[in-house]
Amino acid sequence: MNIATLLQMAAEACPERGAFKCADDEFTFGELLHAATSAAMRFRSSQCQYVAYLGEASPAVPIALFGAALAETPFVPLNYRLSDGDLESLVSRISPALVVTDRRLGFQADGLAYADIKELLAADTEDPFEVPLDPDAVAVQLFTSGTTGAPKAALLRHSHLFSYIISSVEFMSAGEDEAQLTSVPPYHIAGISAILSSVYAGRRVVQLPNFDARTWLRLVSDEAITSAFVVPTMLARIVSEIDVDAGANCPTLQAIAYGGGKMPVPVIERALEVFPNVAFTNAYGLTETSSTVCLLGPEDHRQAWTSDDPQVRRRLGSVGRPLPSIEIEIRDDTGRSLGPNMSGEVYVRGPQVSGEYREKRAVDDDGWFATRDAGMVDEDGYVYLSGRADDVIVRGGENVSPGEVEDVLLGHPSVADVAIVGVPSKEWGEAIGAAIVLADGVAGDEEALRAHVKARLRSSKVPEYIRFVRELPYTETGKLLRRLVKADFQ
Amino acid sequence: MSQYRPGTRLYSAVCAAEVMVIKCAAEGEVACGGHPMSTAPAADKSEPDAALAEGVLMGKRYTDEADSLELLCVKPGQGSLSFAGEALKEKATKKLPSSD
Repeated sequence: MNIATLLQMAAEACPERGAFKCADDEFTFGELLHAATSAAMRFRSSQCQYVAYLGEASPAVPIALFGAALAETPFVPLNYRLSDGDLESLVSRISPALVVTDRRLGFQADGLAYADIKELLAADTEDPFEVPLDPDAVAVQLFTSGTTGAPKAALLRHSHLFSYIISSVEFMSAGEDEAQLTSVPPYHIAGISAILSSVYAGRRVVQLPNFDARTWLRLVSDEAITSAFVVPTMLARIVSEIDVDAGANCPTLQAIAYGGGKMPVPVIERALEVFPNVAFTNAYGLTETSSTVCLLGPEDHRQAWTSDDPQVRRRLGSVGRPLPSIEIEIRDDTGRSLGPNMSGEVYVRGPQVSGEYREKRAVDDDGWFATRDAGMVDEDGYVYLSGRADDVIVRGGENVSPGEVEDVLLGHPSVADVAIVGVPSKEWGEAIGAAIVLADGVAGDEEALRAHVKARLRSSKVPEYIRFVRELPYTETGKLLRRLVKADFQ
Repeated sequence: MSQYRPGTRLYSAVCAAEVMVIKCAAEGEVACGGHPMSTAPAADKSEPDAALAEGVLMGKRYTDEADSLELLCVKPGQGSLSFAGEALKEKATKKLPSSD
C-alpha cells in the first residue's frame, strides 16, 4: 500500500489527461508519473532520510510527493514563510534531508543537500520503478502550525492516506472537462489531500500559489474551473470582491469545498446567495486524521439555508456527519461517552486516523484519537464544534466555550470579527476577554455589546474585558492565533 | 491456506488483473478466474474458467459477505475474484461530494 499506486493507476487509465497546471508549467498524468519516477531515482541515490519541500505550490509538489513515496522516504513540506531561524530548528529534526527548493538556507545541517524545483520539473524518465508495498512506512510528515506551542511532527503512513482516498474518492470519477482550483499551501494537510484526491479522481488541478480574490475569480473564468477548495478567510474575501449586480461571472463553477477553520455563518450565507448554482461542502478534518472526517454536503447546505425549522437552519454552523468509514464520539473530562447534544471533546476512529507524532502516539488502545476539539453531536448525527478543548475558559468553575460567545457577538451589527479568550483573574481564575474588530465606520460601544451578550447568554458569559483592535492574528490558512490575542490582554 | 498482509499486491494467473489487499482478517486463498493469485506475475497465463470470467474493474473494491477481506483492483482483467471459494462482490460505495 503506497500512495504512488494512486498516481500509477491514474497514469494507466488516462495518461494524456491534464493533471497539474501552475502558470506555464503543465503536466499530464503520464508526464507526472515519469517526472515522479525520475525524482524517486534522484532521492534514492542521495541517501537522504527525508525529502523536504520548501517553496510555493507548483507541479513540483506532486512530483516530489510521489517521488518520495516511490523512494519510500517521508515527504516533509515546510512553510516557506518561516524565517531561517525557525526553519533551522525544523530541519535539524529531519536530518539528513534533501530539500527541494529554489533558495539556499542561511545555516548548515548534517547531510543537508538541495535539489532545485526547476530540475524536478524538467526531469523525465520512462524507466519502470517498482512501487514499495509497506503500508506502515511514513508517507508524509507535517509540522503542525503550533497555534498553542512548538510545532509537532505529525506522521501519516501510507495506509492512512491510501485508506482515506480509496474510501472517500471514486476512481476516475471526474469528467474530462473538470478542473479544480487549489490555493492551499503545500505544507498544509489540505494541500496534500487535494493532490491525492484529484489524482485518484482523474481531475485536472490548477494551482494558485498566492491567493488573492481577484486572481482567483479571473482563474475560475480563464481556466473554466468547475470546483475549488478554500479556507474560510478566502471565501470571505471572494464574496466581498464580487460585484453582485454584475453577477459572480463564474458560469463553469459547480462546487466549492471549504475547511481548515471555523466558517462564520454570515459568510456562508452570503456565499450561498452570491453563488446560487454552486454546491457547497464543509469539510472538517485534522492533519492527524489524513484530512476530512466529517462532511456537510451540498444538500444539507441548501436545506438548512431555506428551512424555517431552527434545528435544520442551524446546520449551516455544523461540520456535518462523519464519513462512512469514520466513527465519532463525544467524551467528558473523565473519558465517559456522552449522548446527543452534550458538549465534550471530539474523539475519532477509523483506518485513515494516524493520531501519531514523531514524539508520541496519541491514539488509545482501541484506536480512538482525541482531537482536542470541543463539540457535540445532535440527535440527527450532525457534529457541531465550539472551539479547541484547550481554549475552553474556566470562569469560577463554569466552562465557557469561546465559540458560543463569539457567535453571539458576530450577530451584532457593529462587530466584523471577534476572538474570545481567557484572561487571568484573581476573582474567577479566568475572566472573559473579547478582542473585537469593528465594522467599517462604526464606533465601539462596550455597554451595548455586553447587553447584547447578556440578553442571549447567561451573565457569567458576558466579557469583562473588551478591546477594540484593527485586525485579529490568523495563520495564512485562516487559523486564529489565540495565544497572541491572549497575550494582548496581559 | 494463508492470510494476506495489507498492501500485498496479487497477480492473476489467468488475465492481466492485479489487486491490492486492503484488509484481510480471515484465512483463505484469493483466486481469479478459478486459479490462485500470487505475489509475482505469472510467467505463463492459463485461461480463466469460462464460468468465472465476469471481470474485475480498475479502482473498484471487492469484499466477501462477512467483510473479512477487501481488495482494490489496480489493474483490470477478465477473471472473477474469489476468496476461500466464495465469489467476491463489488463493494457498494456511497458517492461523496469532493471535500478537498
